[in-house]
Amino acid sequence: MSGGRHYLPLTEAERREMLAAIGAASAEQLFDELPEEVRLKKGDLNLPPSLSEMEATAHLGALAAKNINMRDYPCFLGAGVYDHFIPAVVQHVTGRSEFYTAYTPYQAEISQGLLQSIFEYQTLICRLTGMEAANASLYDGATALAEAAVAACAVTRRGKVLVSRSVNPHYRRVLQSYLEVRDLQLLEIPLIEGATDFSRLEEMLDGDTAALLLQQPNFFGLLEEMEGAAGIAHRHGALLVLSVDPISLALFRAPAEYDADIVTGEGQGLGNPPSFGGPLLGFFAARQKLLRRIPGRIVGETVDRDGRRGFVLTLQTREQHIRRERAISNICSNQALNALAAAAYLAAMGPAGLRELAELCLQKAAYAREKITALEGFAQAFPGMHFKEFAVKLPGNGGRLNRHLLEHKIIGGLDIEPYYPELGPAMLFCVTETKTREQIDALVGALEGWS
Amino acid sequence: MRKEQALLFELGAPGRRGCSLPQPDIPVKPLDELLPAKLRRGIPLALPELSEGELVRHYTALSTRNHGVDSGFYPLGSCTMKYNPKVNEEAARLPGFAFLHPCQPAESVQGAMELLYRTEACLAEITGMKRVTFQPAAGAHGELTGMMLIHAYHKSRNDQRKRVLIPDSAHGTNPASAAMAGYEIKEIPSDGRGLVDLKALKELLDDDVAALMLTNPNTLGLFEEDILEIAAAVHEVGGLLYYDGANLNAIMGHARPGDMGFDVVHLNLHKTFATPHGGGGPGSGPVGVKEHLVPFLPVPLVERGEKGYYWKDDLPLSIGRVHGFNGNFGVVVKAYTYIMMMGAEGLRQAAADAVLNANYLMERLKKSYALPYDRRCKHEFVLSARKQKKKGVSAGDIAKALLDYGFHPPTVYFPLIVEEALMVEPTETESKETLDRFAEVMEEIARLAEEDPERVTSAPHTTPVGRLDEVRAARNPRIIWDGDEGSE
Repeated sequence: MSGGRHYLPLTEAERREMLAAIGAASAEQLFDELPEEVRLKKGDLNLPPSLSEMEATAHLGALAAKNINMRDYPCFLGAGVYDHFIPAVVQHVTGRSEFYTAYTPYQAEISQGLLQSIFEYQTLICRLTGMEAANASLYDGATALAEAAVAACAVTRRGKVLVSRSVNPHYRRVLQSYLEVRDLQLLEIPLIEGATDFSRLEEMLDGDTAALLLQQPNFFGLLEEMEGAAGIAHRHGALLVLSVDPISLALFRAPAEYDADIVTGEGQGLGNPPSFGGPLLGFFAARQKLLRRIPGRIVGETVDRDGRRGFVLTLQTREQHIRRERAISNICSNQALNALAAAAYLAAMGPAGLRELAELCLQKAAYAREKITALEGFAQAFPGMHFKEFAVKLPGNGGRLNRHLLEHKIIGGLDIEPYYPELGPAMLFCVTETKTREQIDALVGALEGWS
Repeated sequence: MRKEQALLFELGAPGRRGCSLPQPDIPVKPLDELLPAKLRRGIPLALPELSEGELVRHYTALSTRNHGVDSGFYPLGSCTMKYNPKVNEEAARLPGFAFLHPCQPAESVQGAMELLYRTEACLAEITGMKRVTFQPAAGAHGELTGMMLIHAYHKSRNDQRKRVLIPDSAHGTNPASAAMAGYEIKEIPSDGRGLVDLKALKELLDDDVAALMLTNPNTLGLFEEDILEIAAAVHEVGGLLYYDGANLNAIMGHARPGDMGFDVVHLNLHKTFATPHGGGGPGSGPVGVKEHLVPFLPVPLVERGEKGYYWKDDLPLSIGRVHGFNGNFGVVVKAYTYIMMMGAEGLRQAAADAVLNANYLMERLKKSYALPYDRRCKHEFVLSARKQKKKGVSAGDIAKALLDYGFHPPTVYFPLIVEEALMVEPTETESKETLDRFAEVMEEIARLAEEDPERVTSAPHTTPVGRLDEVRAARNPRIIWDGDEGSE
């Protein structure tokens, strides 16, 4: 018998009794309408032998132990997934099983906990970005940007999207998949010194351009010169759509301050572990005028029969279960638990904590950048203001360097040469508050003399 | 006593905080040097200020205002709200999984890649597919990915097709996903049996049909017994068959979509494979394909070579990426743990019990509620409250009345082809006592609908809030807190 039998409460006697009650002679009879040709018999399915809980725990533990995780070795990878400290309180909040074993809060009266937490999350995202509207979250930063591009095309009834090459290459690949299948065009704005070449905008923007997509700080960790970007986009009737690092917003100008129309981003760093790249948290905020074009779930405030404040899923006429093929998106779920973590995280940090945290990232990354680029053969790839990531030209192949660093018990940065061959050997390092001076110095020590 | 729960923004006091950070251990530069004032945030950062204890009380209070599978019976049709084993949670939280970066060198994440490889093999075997991608983060995301694959397949054959066929009983995500992929949708009617109308389908089939999207068993909980004929007809005109795996729990271990002729399937790991729904996510919607669609899968795929596992990125016909990284890996860890514990026999038993539980409840409830399609169901069945409606009691009222008895209601008003629909999916992890108690309560509500309908239409009476005004929420949207009390 299977190791998971304790998940199945029916006893043999009960099965017999229930089969009798429905007039079936055997459990097999319950599947009688399946064509004989496709029916599997006991033993047909070839899966590994079942494990008891004790064995499963040991097996999963052994698989996990084959990995080197960022608690074992300091990790200098970023590129959209970040090693930020997670206060213990966050996992205790998300560990409440009334939250995590529930589904989408369709029955509002017994889902006020989740609904209110999402309403609070939407408010927090708007306060961070300066926008007026936000949804309950999307799958990740990449799909949030793609959904924004699709929404921009729908709003403007135009068929072309401009994206800077300084946007995360994985995100651009997702954009390409989402747009191509709908016959929407994606054009890339070239780089100058690691940042968007804004001098090309006027010639690239035209009457069919729906949106200008930028990342802040960009993929190389550089601050883009956003002043004027919205002006140019708006003059041509296009929307300015951003992908931002939420933690950077504690320090940097908020997207509302440079007049963005839609703000998306990856919220994993807000209290969620990297988890090998998922589950992540896509956030999506916009100007009030775009409210009814926002994809995904949205929670709104209302009152009950007695006038008490309560929360419900709202504006559902945008959605697939009402509009079917005329829905504005096929999104049905969100990443509610990750959004809950983000809200608890932001509340735990508070304004002072989040600012301190962002300053720690800024200072530590600057320290690491200065040390690394002082080494023979390692040069800062681009000038400009950085946040927590920076690109470095290397004296040799990035993949080889990472193997060398692993030998020194360090998980290095991202080898970006495959994404930007024109740079030659180059690496994107990320330094967050979780890296100690000792660990940064160890990285510098391991780089020194390597070629 | 019903009380409002204060919002985060109404709690705390300026200067409080809920966590501490270390002092800088590096020489600190003047901020102006790293970030000139003109680039700094100019608008206030209005986040809550609470102590850690206040924060915990807030969320604990919220959690008590929420119903999950751990709180009680959750027969929400088509959502497979089965019990979520605790060991799965522990597995996903292991630092060796939770604290991996997706861009780490392959040699440092061999265990995670092995887990993906093994889970892929299990899911391919369970569905009868060749390969599986884990990038889709949810069922609807899987559907969109599947449609992109189908689009790429036809395009590679210089065969641009415009249309996707979808039964009128299908989940709303099906037409929405196909439309997201640029297809026009044609709806196929259901016949008197509640199954695809074969004649109508055949009339709609031509060489402009890219695919038929089918849920089997369908959303009425009925197995599409003509599936082999359907598959042959779709393939004959060059179309592909897409399997919406939302209802795989009914047949897993008893039949495979691949053997029925499906070319592409998506699974909902958060339904069939017991991973928690997370309050609406994260789920996971892996997509499996037959051999002829493998070249179009999203990149990268995990491969096994002589020196271990590696990422295969060179699929020239690939649709690209549909997720920034590896999909919801943490959810895959939970599903793998579940599959390893259940084994083939356990999965087969789970499906059999799910079907038994559904038929047992259906047999009893059809005495008090109308059952429009009275035939052997699979994992779920759809009642109609049309009898009760005559007394002024709607399916929605019955749902609200159930709340007072501690049950999450069934899915209501879906599928659209059943008037006053109540879609019940008990799952295999519920005991006979729970089913009996639920049946008693449903019978009690049916009796009240006859004798004292107002009791039902005014429900719920015991929940933290009463019925909420959804019209007001939509008409005058307040989707963020802006500081005032909200009373006009």
